[in-house]
Amino acid sequence: MTDILLLMKHELTLVVIIVLLLILKIREKEEGAENYMPFVNIMLAGNFLLGLVLNRGGELFDGMFVSDNIMVLQKNILNFGVLMISMQSSAWLGRHRHAPEFFVLLLSTLLGMFLLLSSRNLLMFYLALELSTIPLAAMCNYDLAKRRSSEAAMKLILSSALSSGILLFGISLFYGATGTFDFREISSLADSSALQIMAFIMVFTGFAFKLSVVPFHLWTADVYEGSPVAVTSFLSVISKGVMVFALCNVLYTVFNQMSSIWYDLIVITSVLTMAIGNLFAIRQENIKRFLAFSSIAQVSYILIGISGMSAHGMTSSIYFILIYIFSNLGAFGVVAIVSHASGKESINDYRGFAHKNPALAWILTISLFSLAGIPPTAGFFGKLFLLNSGAGQENWYLIIFASMNMIVSLYYYLRVVKSMFMDETEEEINVESTWLARLSLYICVGGILITGFTTGIYEHILSLAQSLK
Amino acid sequence: MNVLYLLLIPLLPFAGFLLTGLFGKAFRGSSAGLLNTTLLLISFLLSVKVVSDYFFIHGLLEDRYVPIIAFQLEWLRFSEDLVINMGVLMDPLTAVMLLVVTFISLMVHMYSIAYMKGEERFATYFSFLSLFTFSMLGLVMSSNIFQTYIFWELVGVSSFLLIGYYFQKPSAVAASKKAFIVTRFADLGFLIGILVLSYYGNSFDFLALSANLTSYDSSFHQAAIGAGFLGISALSWGLILVFMGGAGKSAMFPLHIWLPDAMEGPTPVSALIHAATMVVAGVFLVARMFALFALGGTNVLELVAWTGIISAMMAALIACTQQDIKRVLAYSTMSQIGFMMFAIGVSGYGSESGLGYTAGMFHLFTHAMFKALLFLGAGAVIHFVHSNYMDDMGGLRKMMPVTHITFLLACLAIAGIPPFAGFFSKEEILLASYNANRIIFWLALFTSGLTAFYMFRLYFSIFWKKEKAYQNHQGEGGGLLLTPLVILGILTVVSGFIPFGNFVSSDGVPVSPHLDLKFSILPVGLSLAGIIIASRLYMKESVLPEKLSARLGRIYKLLRGKFYIDEIYLFIAKKIIFRFISRPAAWVDRNIVDGLINTSAAATQLFSISTSGMQSGKLQHYAGYFLSGVLLLIVLFIFLLSN
Repeated sequence: MTDILLLMKHELTLVVIIVLLLILKIREKEEGAENYMPFVNIMLAGNFLLGLVLNRGGELFDGMFVSDNIMVLQKNILNFGVLMISMQSSAWLGRHRHAPEFFVLLLSTLLGMFLLLSSRNLLMFYLALELSTIPLAAMCNYDLAKRRSSEAAMKLILSSALSSGILLFGISLFYGATGTFDFREISSLADSSALQIMAFIMVFTGFAFKLSVVPFHLWTADVYEGSPVAVTSFLSVISKGVMVFALCNVLYTVFNQMSSIWYDLIVITSVLTMAIGNLFAIRQENIKRFLAFSSIAQVSYILIGISGMSAHGMTSSIYFILIYIFSNLGAFGVVAIVSHASGKESINDYRGFAHKNPALAWILTISLFSLAGIPPTAGFFGKLFLLNSGAGQENWYLIIFASMNMIVSLYYYLRVVKSMFMDETEEEINVESTWLARLSLYICVGGILITGFTTGIYEHILSLAQSLK
Repeated sequence: MNVLYLLLIPLLPFAGFLLTGLFGKAFRGSSAGLLNTTLLLISFLLSVKVVSDYFFIHGLLEDRYVPIIAFQLEWLRFSEDLVINMGVLMDPLTAVMLLVVTFISLMVHMYSIAYMKGEERFATYFSFLSLFTFSMLGLVMSSNIFQTYIFWELVGVSSFLLIGYYFQKPSAVAASKKAFIVTRFADLGFLIGILVLSYYGNSFDFLALSANLTSYDSSFHQAAIGAGFLGISALSWGLILVFMGGAGKSAMFPLHIWLPDAMEGPTPVSALIHAATMVVAGVFLVARMFALFALGGTNVLELVAWTGIISAMMAALIACTQQDIKRVLAYSTMSQIGFMMFAIGVSGYGSESGLGYTAGMFHLFTHAMFKALLFLGAGAVIHFVHSNYMDDMGGLRKMMPVTHITFLLACLAIAGIPPFAGFFSKEEILLASYNANRIIFWLALFTSGLTAFYMFRLYFSIFWKKEKAYQNHQGEGGGLLLTPLVILGILTVVSGFIPFGNFVSSDGVPVSPHLDLKFSILPVGLSLAGIIIASRLYMKESVLPEKLSARLGRIYKLLRGKFYIDEIYLFIAKKIIFRFISRPAAWVDRNIVDGLINTSAAATQLFSISTSGMQSGKLQHYAGYFLSGVLLLIVLFIFLLSN
């Protein structure tokens, strides 16, 4: 029993919070959610802190559920990201009639993600993936009055139905080829027969869909644009993060035998993703769409890190996700504040933003610098380690192509900075923000500025990754 | 060895820097100065304790002072071999520098409380001063050449900040920029030198570098000697480049042009940074790597020696013609550093032949005392007269008795009159050069006589001559201003009697120099002659000096114009670098580089527009792309890439 309590601690805490929220909802009076936003945030903070202590490795349910140090770290990173998002969206949700349900959905998604990370069985893996997707579609629809929000939800649920179908098809093919759902057995039976290659590609597209890898990315921009900012940031940070972690785990352990195939697959898709993501980001006018395409491009760099096929590959992608959480949430935090205060979401609306709101403008600037990978922000170190890991395969064309794309991406990140600082405007945006949102922004900026110089972090993750083998 | 004490020595000034730098506004009156002075006093007492522990307890092992790595911490690890450490190296050299830096800095801090009183940015001044002290201490304690480089640059930055302290004055801004740029230029050489040496020596640590590059049978040494460029071995190149950095910091010819201008800073700053501590960093650097210079590089020490003597002589000649008393002192500093430099340059490694090394460091030690005293005295004079120029001064000996006596002591010391401190160190230098290189010895002897002349020209012009009418009713200055003068004055008298060779020598084995009285007759006689000539020319108001300068005509002009070296630099910078390198580079940048960028940007834009049809917004299209993506990948991997 203690085994279950300790090994599934992250998941069980979430379940407890979900139940508490449901009770809260039943007892709710008319006055709205503002009163218990702090309560929710405290619970999430408690959840994050609880995740840091009393961790153990081991397996449960005949090896269907496992937990080890690196998974615990991944879950903690996700917990942290969710806490930040919740803090940033406190103003928006405070006035929303259905805030408790929002958190129920959010935490259910997160629960699905945790199970996804820990599962060692294809069937459970699939179930966890669905659990992490369907509530997300409901969340996309949370701007109840806006048609675009409903459209986003519709597009997400239909697209993911298609992707799930293909994934399930791939899983059944694997079952046909190997006669088992268990990861370890599949791993020992995996070969490069045509059937397995086909099955593998189908499973891979399941990941690729969630990660918005080209050509499975088309839903991304529409969904990002239509959803509320909190959901967009969740999609771009948490949902991406968990899929990167899971992809890493799966490729490095289950499909280790097929590495020659997935290496090519990853290189091809990452080159495509990089080119398309950057080219589309250049032309966006809506800041959420712009961040959507920028996040597509970011994923391609992570793929390069993963293609390194070493402990460095895993380490650098986890490290990058941590930095990416800081940078992207820094940017989305500012966008959320502006969007909530004025409803404006176009890049042109940010003209002259720095004159009236220097603090927010600087936070957005630092975050964008970090996303663009300009030293000395953490994003630079994150990308450096990714490329360094990818360089382990000595595929120099790929590395050079990636570096050139990073230069292209400077253009559109700096465009936003330019319009904030250099352009003039008559219409000034007046913003106000809650202290929770400000606190989360300061944490993000602090993370961006400090993480890169704290060499211990990368080495700590590396030691965890090396202990796996 | 108490590591905590050792680490506190630089960290206390650093704490002072942070406190007064961050909360400068919160300090009222003189409290910022008092705080930093107190911290520095503790720092000084700690270094006395640490140094005496080293010399009398820990350091001596089988009649030899051994270097001790008191503290080490791995900072960056690039690979198994390439590691950068941060550490504290304790050896006689560090010990002497610790004492000099903390002591002079303490004196200058005390003096500054009175001197800078009423300044608007009083706290800022003290925070810069403490930053400098921290950096300088870090520099002398470094166990590692890379760490040295970091502190080397920090010292440069604090010097920049302090020279430009009066940033309202355009001349101060120009001087600070000049100092920074010239030394940065030299530091480029230093950095390349570090890379060359550490590449061949396979380490950044001083001790490992010496061990790897000086023993003739080590493979590193063979490689460093074997590789070469322009007929000079890689090892020698590395050392020459490192020396270039040292020459820049120590204002050696031809990189000296920043030092006279640096006098734009407040006078106590000149005393601390541009006389006693920072400018000797170059000498320190050569001394720190002396084993490498002496045993590794062929003939590099000869370059050091000639650079030293040329600078010494040139600066002394220029100093005879300057009117600004701080500039006279600046050139005299450059000249004295030249003495130290060539002393080390003529030295050999170990036992008797290492006399030059001991002498150079001894001179560094005594010079720090009397030169700081001269600058602080000059500061008091300037404070009193409100002018930097000799013409505005005269007859001050009655109005400023304490300053007068201490200034006289310092002048006698620098002129090398026994029994003052400068006599002993200079005599050793002359003896060392006599044994090693006779040409350098004669030039040095001449320069030494010249030193006596221009220093007493300064002394007589300030304190004798005719009395002027001064607009001053505040008197000589308070106790805080005069105490450092008196303390330094006493030390100027006694510090020469320290048996320096017992502590500091090229290989750690104590040496006892034996001064020959007969040898001293000539230099002392020359110095006395210089003093007598100066007294005839400048003690009373007379027309003789003007006649003399008219007689010398061209030569006088050349000296007055400081050999026109500044103008040569300007010519090279403006006429050659700007015209033939910068402008074509700008053209290429504007037309070719920008053109390429614009073309590629336009191409990107075009491609971006042409693919935009993909993002139609229709879900059925998305599904189509999705499925065809899956199918294409499957076909690609099963049929095309599978073999």
